[in-house]
Amino acid sequence: MSAAKGGDAMSAATGDTLAPLRREWIRHTPGERLVRWAMFLAVVAAVVWAVRTIDIIPEFLADAPEQMADLLVRMWPPDLAYYPRTVHAALVETLHIATLGTVFGFVMAIPLALMAARNICRVPALNALAQVGLVASRSVNSLVWALIFVAVFGPGAAAGVFAIAFRSIGFVGKLLAEALEEMNPGPREALRAAGAPWGAEMLKAVWPQVRPAVWGVALFRWDINVRESAVLGLVGAGGIGVVLEDAINFFQWDQVATILLAILAVVLIAEIVVTRVRAGLL
Amino acid sequence: MSAALDIRGLTKEYVRGKPVLRNLDLSIGAEGITAIIGPSGTGKSTLLRCINRLVEPTKGEIRLTGAEGTIDVAKLRGRGLRLARRRIGMVFQEYNLVERLSVMENVLCGRLGYVPLWRAWLRKYPEEDIARAFALLDAVGLPEHATRRADALSGGQRQRVGIARALMQRPDLLLADEPTSSLDPRTSVEVLEMLTKLAAAEGVPVIINIHNVALAKRYARRIVGMHEGAIIFDGPPEALQDDHLRRIYGGEDWL
Amino acid sequence: MSDTTLPAPRRTPFAPEWGMRVLGALLVAYLVYASTQLDLGLGRFVTGLGEGGRFLARMFPPNFARWELLLEGMVESIQIAVLATVGGIILSLPLGLMAARNLAPWWVSGPVRAFIAVCRSLHYVIVAILFVKALGFGALAGVAALIVASVGFVAKLFAEAVEEISMKQVEAVRSTGASGMAVLLYGVLPQVASRFVGFGLYQLDSNLRNSTLVGVVGAGGIGGTLFAAFKRFDYDFVSAILITIIGLILLAEVVSGRIRAAMQ
Repeated sequence: MSAAKGGDAMSAATGDTLAPLRREWIRHTPGERLVRWAMFLAVVAAVVWAVRTIDIIPEFLADAPEQMADLLVRMWPPDLAYYPRTVHAALVETLHIATLGTVFGFVMAIPLALMAARNICRVPALNALAQVGLVASRSVNSLVWALIFVAVFGPGAAAGVFAIAFRSIGFVGKLLAEALEEMNPGPREALRAAGAPWGAEMLKAVWPQVRPAVWGVALFRWDINVRESAVLGLVGAGGIGVVLEDAINFFQWDQVATILLAILAVVLIAEIVVTRVRAGLL
Repeated sequence: MSAALDIRGLTKEYVRGKPVLRNLDLSIGAEGITAIIGPSGTGKSTLLRCINRLVEPTKGEIRLTGAEGTIDVAKLRGRGLRLARRRIGMVFQEYNLVERLSVMENVLCGRLGYVPLWRAWLRKYPEEDIARAFALLDAVGLPEHATRRADALSGGQRQRVGIARALMQRPDLLLADEPTSSLDPRTSVEVLEMLTKLAAAEGVPVIINIHNVALAKRYARRIVGMHEGAIIFDGPPEALQDDHLRRIYGGEDWL
Repeated sequence: MSDTTLPAPRRTPFAPEWGMRVLGALLVAYLVYASTQLDLGLGRFVTGLGEGGRFLARMFPPNFARWELLLEGMVESIQIAVLATVGGIILSLPLGLMAARNLAPWWVSGPVRAFIAVCRSLHYVIVAILFVKALGFGALAGVAALIVASVGFVAKLFAEAVEEISMKQVEAVRSTGASGMAVLLYGVLPQVASRFVGFGLYQLDSNLRNSTLVGVVGAGGIGGTLFAAFKRFDYDFVSAILITIIGLILLAEVVSGRIRAAMQ
């Protein structure tokens, strides 16, 4: 690897005859190559293991495209007359579940967020406790929360609202606690120096700083909750999922298509609304 | 030798009715540096980009002559255009190296028009390409930097890699679009020195857009002055007088 | 002088936030209205609390006696997640490139973007239920459903990443006479490769979470076991399953966090 350093431009540029210094170019160092190979092997091994041991019936796989096409054909045309009869009321119920769930979740998340933020609550044990609560809420999917609340309240929209609320606590609380920890301590110190009580400090120094984050998180979570509340009915927790389950069980594919279109429309509209409102608010 | 590049009636309109290049004629010899000077926004960059069709010309002929014969670049499409592009090297103002690739990979980019896709993908370039890439890196004074990532280099080093990449194509013509505008004065001179020397050694004619008139006079054997999309001066550096500069750039006080 | 007799205009120290007050009042009114619509009375809540207490009591202690069933379900969930992630990533690469408006013409990027938006808008459980009806019960439906979800997420983010690349670098590669594929390999992919790997890891993480659920509608994995346990009021087994799922999710979060940190 002894290169003719800075070599004469003429000799280098003109002659392949004299230029080749027989240096080898290797793209990666041996260490990098080892890591890349190891990662590649790990991925391949995981896929091979999954493919070989997973319980997939080959016949099902073979006629999968045909079956899908058949299903789509049965869905067309959607039974639009079904919408005003049943779907509309269920859709409105779904939106109620999403909105009420978001609000309740928020109300429950705020104390946890205050407790989890290390610059608000100075007791490490309470911080940790709040974090455990937030993680527990986040780790359980809203559908599982729905199963739990159906067991508690019985089937119906109430279970849905609570499922959405309990799933939202962890998400909202985590983001709020982060927003609280990132805020500028200056205004709070100023108020405390002026002898303000804790409540005034929260209201006049903390709240104005986190207000944009609060609205942003609320809208963001509401958008997610609209999507999630559409499936809660599959386990009996109210909303459009109940109607979808019925239509599927009775093989009314044209009605299923109507319901899917309605869900799609609501989800897209919710996303557009949230984007617009956020752009206007923040 | 005859002309390497022959442009006839080249017109470019980004907006209809507002030509940036007005019916331009330009002939470039088979060797030496031609500097194009002119104020910003006068179409120098557009002219260069029309030649390798990074910009679509509205009208006109661009005849390129080289080892593989003569072609009208303006009329080519698809594979033909790619084959023409690989005969034209380009050096950019902001170097335009692929920052997350190594210096060597950037230089070898110059062979992408030649090697099959699988070789490019697996980095299995022919040995003579690798040897030439090393030789070019030596020539531009970066022999130890082959495996460094391009974004770890300084501006001057990046532009040297840019020059090596362009020469890697073994071009019939080299275009340099403001190659020194992002560099400090000393590095500018070094880079131009290197570009001139290497182009002469390879026997490649160079068209260079440049803002710095003094540098243009120092390195070019021919100067083309543009104003509002038309050529209003064309001659050797010695013939370029203050009066011409006044007409090219407009105004008086700055001289 | 007349102006001394004029009453001094009352100055308010704060601009009254009428907008916020109206919004607050509307929100409260809506909450009351929606609560009555959904029949969320206080009485219901109180009975629910009692039921909840009984429910929690029956969940404790968790019963791991049927650990073989539990393990089988978890393994199938992991398999579903791995296959769906790999399948989703393989599909997302071309779809993301086709959806990027700076590379693909509008008549390609438009339809592809619409397709990705549909994939993303439909909840994976709904997609799973459709696949169960079309392909039959089992892991295949789960894999297919999560592939759709992965495409909706990874392809969208990948397209956004591609739209943010430096086109100057792409232009430079194109100017060497490189073919379209070579431009992708040298000009585009190096700029987005590390982000793409990040999206893939993130998706593996979320597929692991979601694969524990698709079983609720019969699409394979631990979700089916969980749903059955709920239906049989086997609440101590339910808590065992939930603990295992949460453990797996937290483990996956830690591992993928480590990998991401190592890649930085």
